[in-house]
Amino acid sequence: MNFLNYIVRRILLLVVVLVGVTLIIFVLLTLFSPEQRASTFIRDIKQLSDLDSIIKTYGLDRPVYVQYFMWLRQILNGNFGWSTTVSRPVLDAFKFFLPHTIELALFAAPLIILAGIWLGSLSAVHRDKPVDHFTRFLAIIGWSLPTFWFGLILLMVFYGYFKGLFPPEILSYQAQSFVDSAEFIRYTRMNTIDALLNGELWIFVDAVRHLVLPVITLAVIQIALIMRIMRSSMLEAMGKGYILTALAKGAAPKTVIRRHARRNALIPVITVSGWLFAQLMAGVVITETIFNRKGLGWWWARAATQLDIPAVLMAVLFNGLLFVITNLIVDILYAYIDPRVRLG
Amino acid sequence: MFFLKKRRIVLDFEQHPRLKEFRFSFSKILKNPLSITGLSLIFIFFMLAVFAPAIAPPQNRAEPFRIPHEGYSVIPKPPTTGHPFGTTTKQYDIFYGVIWGTRTAFRIGFMVVGSILVIGIVVGSISGYFGGIVDEVIMRIVDIFMSLPLLILAMAIVTALGRSLDNIMKALIVVGWPIYARTIRSSILTIREEDFIKAARALGAGTFTVIFRHILPNAIYPVLILASLDVGAMVLTAAALSFLGLGAQEGYADWGQMVSLARNYIVGPPGQPLLYWYVVTIPGLFILFFVLGWNLLGDALRDTFDPKLRRK
Repeated sequence: MNFLNYIVRRILLLVVVLVGVTLIIFVLLTLFSPEQRASTFIRDIKQLSDLDSIIKTYGLDRPVYVQYFMWLRQILNGNFGWSTTVSRPVLDAFKFFLPHTIELALFAAPLIILAGIWLGSLSAVHRDKPVDHFTRFLAIIGWSLPTFWFGLILLMVFYGYFKGLFPPEILSYQAQSFVDSAEFIRYTRMNTIDALLNGELWIFVDAVRHLVLPVITLAVIQIALIMRIMRSSMLEAMGKGYILTALAKGAAPKTVIRRHARRNALIPVITVSGWLFAQLMAGVVITETIFNRKGLGWWWARAATQLDIPAVLMAVLFNGLLFVITNLIVDILYAYIDPRVRLG
Repeated sequence: MFFLKKRRIVLDFEQHPRLKEFRFSFSKILKNPLSITGLSLIFIFFMLAVFAPAIAPPQNRAEPFRIPHEGYSVIPKPPTTGHPFGTTTKQYDIFYGVIWGTRTAFRIGFMVVGSILVIGIVVGSISGYFGGIVDEVIMRIVDIFMSLPLLILAMAIVTALGRSLDNIMKALIVVGWPIYARTIRSSILTIREEDFIKAARALGAGTFTVIFRHILPNAIYPVLILASLDVGAMVLTAAALSFLGLGAQEGYADWGQMVSLARNYIVGPPGQPLLYWYVVTIPGLFILFFVLGWNLLGDALRDTFDPKLRRK
């Protein structure tokens, strides 16, 4: 019962957040002129020549609160407007770009979490030893790195010296034309997964080669973040009485670290992992721009510079939604793992 | 007589517990090699910013932030005596750009973090001290802002306001204050219930006296640590936004934009892949070391002021 209560309370809170995000978007929207705002209501390109009627239909000259509800109704009906940067409706563009970004995140996230946990506990176990100093030093450098610059340096070195080993963009020309042909069935629109499902190993290899540098760029900063949290949480866990008890009972130090300390230290890391996806989306904007991978981030970055308002607002809304969903999952996981949350 | 009296006041002043505490913390900071490194980096950059007119004399005194350029050739030129760091595309002088860019970086860092500090402290104090419905409303607003990635919300705001460096700073202020408000609020909540606050109130101290004289000085440290880390983080985010093309117009002394200008000259012609190394590497290193300096300082401050870590 308590558990259910907890979850219901969290869901209500998240609804508040989501409504708040739409309000932020709407405040941003009011900064534009009615003509510019009209583009958020357009469904196809023919309407571009008839902005006045759109301003009338959607009441863009009416009071602000009326406009808010009219806009909200459009969003709930799935009309996100027309994206001028890619010349197609926002929702279509979103469906087209999403798989490429998810693919990038799917490769980066496990790497980040595993490497972060491993480095963090390594650093904590060898506290104040050279290993600790070295990993902490790496973390603080990683934390200070400008992602966009780091990506360009990787490109400079790898593309310059090993031309063609880790190329930019999503697929090489041959692979792309094969993927676009009728022989290749697109199940998920994620190249690596589709390639395996189609049994085309060379496409898979090609896609992975294109993924290596973006994944590294995306991961470096986040690994530093997870590592830092894992280290301090691990240090705290190792100072607890139950560790001493386990050691006193004669358990091997390795077992104690693995089964008692690390397991308890993971709890804060789970909380942060929820944040991770939100942060990855911000990282994707930079990474996809550098490596010219046509995904959500690439689209948003272009939209921001070309005043493509509907696409930018979509970015904010999507990130709000993503945050709400990942947080809900984290909260449930958290309550499941930690009885103090469930029963408290 | 007079001398004696004066002396006693000075002694009393030195015995003040807050001052002793501060001196202890200060000595700890000066003993930590990491914080020394951080402070030195910040000091070097500070000197570069102060003496920018002497190090890289501007040709046009009215507009010192415009990077001078000779001609419009798009191909970068390697370092020569006239241009110690070479020139980037369209012949903008890299040395001049990074030196004056230091001033831009300090301006972004101090303006953004300073404004955020003031807003965060005021809002957080109101929320924490008064509690109830005020607190509930403010904290929900904070939740909403914190549900969006900094970069993406800032990007949307700059799009709405129009692209310029000033608008990047405004956007970062709008996006940055909530975490400060939350941090101040949570430390106030714990301090509010302490006995010395009740004592001050019993002695007839007003709301403002209690907040500003008794609560804030004890609640401020976590926020100051955050601020130090954020000077770096905000400069980094601003640079990222400039890199995406949302910053000042082309030719303004700004590190993020200089990296962006270098984008077409990452890889050299066949056979000389690192021919244009200086174009992208130098502005990037300036960003890296600037941010590193503030992060090292922030880290050291955390180690010093965190009650769990100090005096071990």
